[in-house]
Amino acid sequence: MLLTRTLEEKLVSLYRGGLITGGVYIGKGQEAVSAACGLFLQKGDIFAPLIRDQAGRSAFGEPLLDVTRTYLGSRKGPMRGRDGNIHRGRPGDDQLAMVSHLGAMVSVTVGALMAKRFKGEKNFVGLACIGEGGMQTGSFHEGMNIAAVEQVPLVVVATNNHYAYSTPNEREFACHDLVDRAIGYGFEGYSLDGTDLSVCLDVIGGAVKRARAGRPPQLVLASVLRLSGHGEHDDASYVTDEIKAEPFARDCLKVAEQTIVDMNLLDAETLVQWHRDAAAQIDEAIATAQKEAPPESDKEDWCAISTRELVDHVE
Amino acid sequence: MSITYLEAIREAQAKVLHDDERVFIYGQDVGGAFGGAFKATKGLAKEFPGRVLNAPISEDAIVGTAIGAAMQGMRPIVEMQFADFSSIALNQILNNAGTHYWRTNVPVPITVRLPSGGTKGSGPFHSQSMESIYAHYPGLIVMTPATVEDAYTMLIEAVAIDDPVIYCEHKYLYYHLKADKLPAEGLPTGKARIAREGRDLTIVTYSAMLHEALAVAEQLAGEGFEIEVVDLRSVKPLDTDSVLASVARTGRMLCVGESFPWGGATAEIIARVTAEGFHLLDAAPQRLNAKDTPIPYHPNLWSAHRPNAKEIARKARALLRE
Repeated sequence: MLLTRTLEEKLVSLYRGGLITGGVYIGKGQEAVSAACGLFLQKGDIFAPLIRDQAGRSAFGEPLLDVTRTYLGSRKGPMRGRDGNIHRGRPGDDQLAMVSHLGAMVSVTVGALMAKRFKGEKNFVGLACIGEGGMQTGSFHEGMNIAAVEQVPLVVVATNNHYAYSTPNEREFACHDLVDRAIGYGFEGYSLDGTDLSVCLDVIGGAVKRARAGRPPQLVLASVLRLSGHGEHDDASYVTDEIKAEPFARDCLKVAEQTIVDMNLLDAETLVQWHRDAAAQIDEAIATAQKEAPPESDKEDWCAISTRELVDHVE
Repeated sequence: MSITYLEAIREAQAKVLHDDERVFIYGQDVGGAFGGAFKATKGLAKEFPGRVLNAPISEDAIVGTAIGAAMQGMRPIVEMQFADFSSIALNQILNNAGTHYWRTNVPVPITVRLPSGGTKGSGPFHSQSMESIYAHYPGLIVMTPATVEDAYTMLIEAVAIDDPVIYCEHKYLYYHLKADKLPAEGLPTGKARIAREGRDLTIVTYSAMLHEALAVAEQLAGEGFEIEVVDLRSVKPLDTDSVLASVARTGRMLCVGESFPWGGATAEIIARVTAEGFHLLDAAPQRLNAKDTPIPYHPNLWSAHRPNAKEIARKARALLRE
């Protein structure tokens, strides 16, 4: 959480300074939920993060250099300048590379899990992230249904951050509570306060454990407020003062740090040291990526398929 | 013994299921004793237990599932019940499968079978030819087999290819077309075939229109014209060299396709031949497609909506007179 918050704040300043092309999308306010998503996954599990899941990506093992190289356009990054910001992934290492079309990665995760089952692997799970906005797509509904039909060990963690870009919940859905959909899909459903790290760890950890043990697919519905714009180009002026006063609008990182200090789990000095360590790691990853060469159009391999002899040559 | 185009598709799937444990078939009604709306997978669920699976009516999720499985090393074959319904899966096919290798360096070896093209009485939503849409987007291979032999060998090859393949099988050919036996191997994908040699006019075509074109060539032979017919076999990659070589022999070209007229495979061929072989042409190249309306239900309308032998012959005669 701390690493992610520090990293994303740094990315925001690079963006404001004109050093990042394209957008910057951060997960401020969602780090506790996201971190819990990555923490319980093991080698061989599938993770399908979305745009506000830096914390989960880091917890799953994504190196900081993947982030800085992608945002800063180094050709050494996993996307090599071909895709940017949060679309990155390493599907060969079970971290799927999201497309922007929301809901699409749920069924992809289902397929990856079916493949593992076909191959006779055991003890694996998949975890796919979604927001309350993405939950309204047809692709999401199809993916949830097919997951339950195939009875794959899947956890879907849905974070209601109360805005789809600028659109508030009341224009997104009309049901009483999104978690009620779980039973309709054939999932087991759980709700949680996404601002409380210990609750996130308990509930998401429990869901991962149940999926791994062969229970039906799990839907976890977390409530938070997005503490940023949709992207850094967005000042989020549409977020109302009333909603900012809601309990789910708390900053999960501040809550977690306060809890740690209150419970005497850590002294204030060590916490400061953690902040310094995080900043140092991030500065190094940024400095490294900044030194690396960008992609060059005349050296690019302009080929969208892997089978060379089947490339269609046309200008 | 004779084998139909449809049986060749079934046999190809039986062979890949037998030879390659990574293969499974996923789609609506493909499993159980039913074996698909057209019976292209008949008996396969019994022969290969657990590997021919019925899926819900969720085209997006069916293809998404196939993509995920392919990333993990499987070789899924998706059957769309009708090509028309693959529009629901466009996002997964174009934006996920089509971009994946380019973005991540990890190819997605899925084969999506599209029962394509018109048959009498099928109407606007069970008759479409979607090859031009898929060929337009990067990252996909688009096969359009026109013969029983190609239906068989190209489907086997589609599954072996490491990239996503859109395999357009023509429903009109399912039962109409027969061969004595299945070949051990065929021409490689991306290589067009000269289906009939001639020196007066080249007709470039693919899929079911090949047979209309061959009928026209036969008819015009009686009028003293020698028509060369090129079967593209795949519209992407498109074998421009073979088309140019044919046009070099004949000096005239007519392109025939069953999809809608705006843009598309026939326009692409004309653009390439005009750009690269303008000096070879003795007359402006022409094309013939379906009409720019939805596909009609009634046979009287349908038979005039798609290019047919009469229309192709009319167009060919006009081009031969120029």
